[in-house]
This record gives sequence, C-alpha cells and structure tokens, in this order.
Amino acid sequence: MNNALMPHEAEVVERHDETPDLFSLQLRFTDPVIQSQFEFAPGQFNMLYLPGVGEVPISIVSDPEDSHVINHTIRRVGSVTDNLGKLQVGDRLGLRGPYGRGWPVVEAEGTDLVIVTGGLGCAPSVSFIEYALRRQARYGRIQIIQGVKHAHDFIWRERYDQWRQYPNVEVWLTADTGDTLWPGRVGPVTQFFDQLKIEPKQTSVIMCGPEGMMNAVVRDMRQRAVPDTQIWLSMERNMHCALGSCGRCQLGAKFVCRDGPVFNYAELAPYWGHKGV
Amino acid sequence: MNIQRFLPRDRLQTLIDQLMSAGYDVIGPQVRDHAIIFDHLAGVDQLPIGITDEQAPGRYRLEKSDSVRCFDWATGPQALKPMTFVSRETLWRSDRRPDGSLAFREEPMVTRPTAIIGIRACDLAALSIHDRHFMHGAHPDPQYSQRRQSLFLVAVNCMRSAATCFCTATGDGPRARSGYDLSLSELDEGFILEVHTERGRDVVVRLDVTEATSAQIERANAGIEQAAKQQQRTLPAGPLQDKLVAAVEHPHWKTLDDRCLSCGNCTAVCPTCFCQTHGDEISLDGRQTSHVRQWESCFNPDHSYIHGIVIRTERPQRYRQWLTHKFGTWEEQFGRSGCVGCGRCIAWCPVGIDVTEELAALLIEPGIEPPAEQPGGKSDGQSGGVAHHE
Repeated sequence: MNNALMPHEAEVVERHDETPDLFSLQLRFTDPVIQSQFEFAPGQFNMLYLPGVGEVPISIVSDPEDSHVINHTIRRVGSVTDNLGKLQVGDRLGLRGPYGRGWPVVEAEGTDLVIVTGGLGCAPSVSFIEYALRRQARYGRIQIIQGVKHAHDFIWRERYDQWRQYPNVEVWLTADTGDTLWPGRVGPVTQFFDQLKIEPKQTSVIMCGPEGMMNAVVRDMRQRAVPDTQIWLSMERNMHCALGSCGRCQLGAKFVCRDGPVFNYAELAPYWGHKGV
Repeated sequence: MNIQRFLPRDRLQTLIDQLMSAGYDVIGPQVRDHAIIFDHLAGVDQLPIGITDEQAPGRYRLEKSDSVRCFDWATGPQALKPMTFVSRETLWRSDRRPDGSLAFREEPMVTRPTAIIGIRACDLAALSIHDRHFMHGAHPDPQYSQRRQSLFLVAVNCMRSAATCFCTATGDGPRARSGYDLSLSELDEGFILEVHTERGRDVVVRLDVTEATSAQIERANAGIEQAAKQQQRTLPAGPLQDKLVAAVEHPHWKTLDDRCLSCGNCTAVCPTCFCQTHGDEISLDGRQTSHVRQWESCFNPDHSYIHGIVIRTERPQRYRQWLTHKFGTWEEQFGRSGCVGCGRCIAWCPVGIDVTEELAALLIEPGIEPPAEQPGGKSDGQSGGVAHHE
C-alpha cells in the first residue's frame, strides 16, 4: 500500500520575488513520470515540504494545461514559508498533491463571474481568473475586484492591466490604505458592488481572502439575491495530512482539505459567521 | 455463525495457549498503576481476577472483590486505539544526499498476528468507526491497515456497567454485536464461548469445550441484561447534528470556561478521537529526518493554528468543537454519532465534566425543566450506583 502522506522530490525551476513578503516558486517533480501524471484543477493545492522544517498547504496558481511546471505563490508567514522563500533555482524540496476540490470551473460555465479577492490571499483566485480568461467563451462577463491592505502590497499590476484588455472584463482595485501612486480606490471591496452588473441567477461569485471580507461579500451578494449555491469561497484551516485524516481542518462537518478548500455558501451556511468554529 | 460452547474456568488458559500455538501474540487486560490496561499476556493469573472498577465523574478506582471472575470490570483508560492508531509513530523518512537531492522512503513496519482478549462492545464499535476513517476512505492508511489486519479479537460481553457507562444510549453495548472473532460471556463456573468467524471456529475446535446448557446461556443473557439495566446516563434523542450546530451560540458553552481545563484527557481516552499532528524529527547533522505522527487534541490551541491566527482561542470554543463534532457533525462524516457510550471521558476528566449533562443543558428546550433524577437510581450494590456527581 502506497503511503499517500509521503512526498516526492521536486526541484525549483524558477523563482520570482513579488514583494518583500511574497514570492513565487515554479516547481517540477524530479521524476518525469510523476511530473507527467500530475493533473490538477484551479483552486486545488499541494503540500510543500522542507526536511526538518515542516509541510504546508499551498494553492496552485499555474494553468492546469501547462504540464511542465507547477507554480506556487507563497507569502512568508511562518517558519516553513520563510524557508521556502530562501530556496534558489535547482534546490530540492518535497511535494505531494494535488488535494481538495477546486473552483467550480464547470458549475460556473455559462454564468457571469464576479471574482472578489482580498488581502494578499489572491493566489487561489488568480488561478481561476487566468483559467477563465483563456476559456472566455465558456463564461459571460467577468468582473474582478481586488482589495489589498496597503497599496504597496499590490502585486502583478501588469497582470491586472493585461486582464483589462480582454473584452467583457472589468477590473476594480481598492486598498484599505492607499498611497500617491495608487491607481485604485481606498476602502472596502464592497464599495464597488453597486457598480457591478449583476443578474443574480446568472452570476457566480468567486472569492478568497480574509473571512471578514468574505463575510461582507456573502452578505451583500445574498441581499442581491445571488443563490447560495452560486457563491463560492476558498477556505483556509490548519492541515497536516491533506487527506481528511488528521482532523485539524474541520469546519463543522466539512474537512476543508478534502471537501474543500472551495465551498459554496450553502455548504458552509450552518457554520458561517460564528467566532471560533 | 452462531456456535455457543462452554469453557470451564480452569481451562481458560487453554484458550491463551491455543491462540499462541496458532501463531498469535496474545494481549489481554491486566492491572498496572492502579488501572486496567492491555498488554502481553502469558497466563490467566495476569488477568484482573476479582477486580472491579468504581467509576464516577473525575474518578476511577480499582477494588478487590471476592469474585472469581476475570472480566468483572467495565473499562480501563485504554481502548483498542493505542494498538491500531498508535500514539506516536514514524510515517516516512527523508535523506538529504551530499549533492542536495532528497530521497524519501517509507518506514518499514513489522506486525505480528495479535489476539486481543477482553474487548468490550463499546470498543468494538469504536474500532469499526476507526476502520471507516483510516481504512475505507480514498487513501487507506498503511500503518493503521497493517496493524488492524493483524488482529484476532476476543470480545467480552459486559455483565456489569460502571456508573459512567451509557452504551445502551448509543446502541453499542453491553453485548458485542459484530467485528469480533470470538466472544466470552463470563459465569462463575466458566465462559460461554460464541464463535463469530471461521478463524474463530478454528481456535475453538482445538479447545476442550462442552455444549453450553440453555440454563447457562440464560444466566449469561440475564447478566448482560443486568449490565444494561445498571446504566443510568442517557443521551438526548438523536440525530443531534442540526440541534448542536444550531446551539453554537448557546450561553451554556460559556460555563465551560470556569470548568474545562483544556487538558485533552477526554480526547486521549476517547476510543474514536482521531486527530493527529505530523512533524519532523531531525538528525544532529541535519541530513536525516523522520516524519512522525502523534495523537493531537482539539483542546490544544495549536490544533487550529493558521498563519499567525488561532481559530479557537478560548476554552469554551474548543470544548464546543469537541462536543459538537463527537455528537453532531460526526453524523454527517460517519453516518453515526462519534460516541460509543464508554464513559471514559467522564471518568478521566480531572474536573468530572459529564458529556451527558452538558448535552442535556445545551439541547433542553427553553422553559422545560431538566428531567428529575431517575427513581431507584441505585444500581447493583457493586458500583455504588454513583451516577450524579454534584
């Protein structure tokens, strides 16, 4: 019996520093067979392992049809991510995955997309934005709202500019704290919602970021009569196994690693909005 | 398969001997450090003969009696859990080679066929829950599966309940229903042996047994019935998931702040708790690591840590997580409650928090008085009938 908890060796193919806190690693399994068998969906995650340091769940941002490398954008928040940030091209680490249920790329077909991301936790939603833009015929209007804490946290500015060039795509930016060169607005992400073109039954809302922000978006979108099953959230919880075994990621009856990390609001509603659940 | 035989008391050793000669390591209950635990067993004299347990909220005491019986006690702190889902084990290892590359290797495991004598119905029910969790999912756990598949199980039907027992309320006991090879029902003169599997029969045919008389079977049934009747603790009528989830902001949770120590004893003794921590042990030269799994408790703040945030910072939130999961959301995950009624969490809680009382307080309809103490609460004169602790 294979031990699904055991990583495989991977190497860093490329690295980019996005901000002082944020970096991207392009990884590849050193075993070409494992690399060629690796398939994932946007919104799924991998477990990245550094010997003697630890293992963390990190969302995959590359396109599922790019079979050459696996891209992760990582924020330095603890000992594992700090040490992942020190890796250079050619360095080796452990990798296993992909895990979980990703974004509703099929369920959302034929609907307009409202994609709301907050804080620096934008990596999971970037995977869906890029996915949808490359397959735009499958989706309707795409409205992207990106909120950050400080203007200087904003990364991938050129990527947002690029997204704006697509037909039927609108992009709004906001920061809790702006600065003089900040091209967007200052304030919460919900300030744009009155300007969104929303046909509730025809809209899929896709979001990730701090739970407080997602709560505000959920409330607003439900008031606009977007069905609970069309409001999608990417959740984060402590994970040690990623297989639904270690019990740590439980959110009510859900194992976030296995049943999520992407849920629709109807699935989370019984547990949503209560501190410490 | 329903074959019942009688094994005289003075031939119990032959059961152990037969299991050994069939190639099994034999494990059975015995007294150690004032508690009944399971460990390797060579002879019947190691069994807890004439020992009973007195249990109450926050209390576990062994007492000597004049009984000749070996299984005249209810539960020890251990269930089968430490033998299948072990408290600490290496899952795999990694080596950093001089060129910087990494090699991962599985940890070889050696298990021997093992027969465990003296398993209670509640613990068999818990084992079946763990089988589903560790073996029957999309990613069967190799360590658990290998250990589990090496087991030969000899159950014991309970003739006596501790005051903390409530397996009749969960429907899991006191009679062993499934998941075992042989079962024993203990009478003063010996044991009714019930065969449940082919390999169980293979052991019994080598024993010098006689037909069990209908009078013996009746006495055994009466004993099991008595154990059921001794139980006084009850549970709110299920299913409980929706009710407990809806009680998330119930003011009663706050009262746990003054009582619960967040020590995690309840999760350690619970036969169904399965939470884990996975982490590395590293060699001095930094080249080798062992990836180790150990038991974790949802009462530990670190259990819910994510990037600088602890989700459940307060003790009542952690108690709420445990109780809501065990009696509520477990239903969606496993198709049944996570409680098998063994009562260990009540006895081994250092401050005597009683899950049955907490559930009653949380689920009582507003304006309805809690049920009065049951009349005739004294049970059997052995356990002292201690069912309420205040």
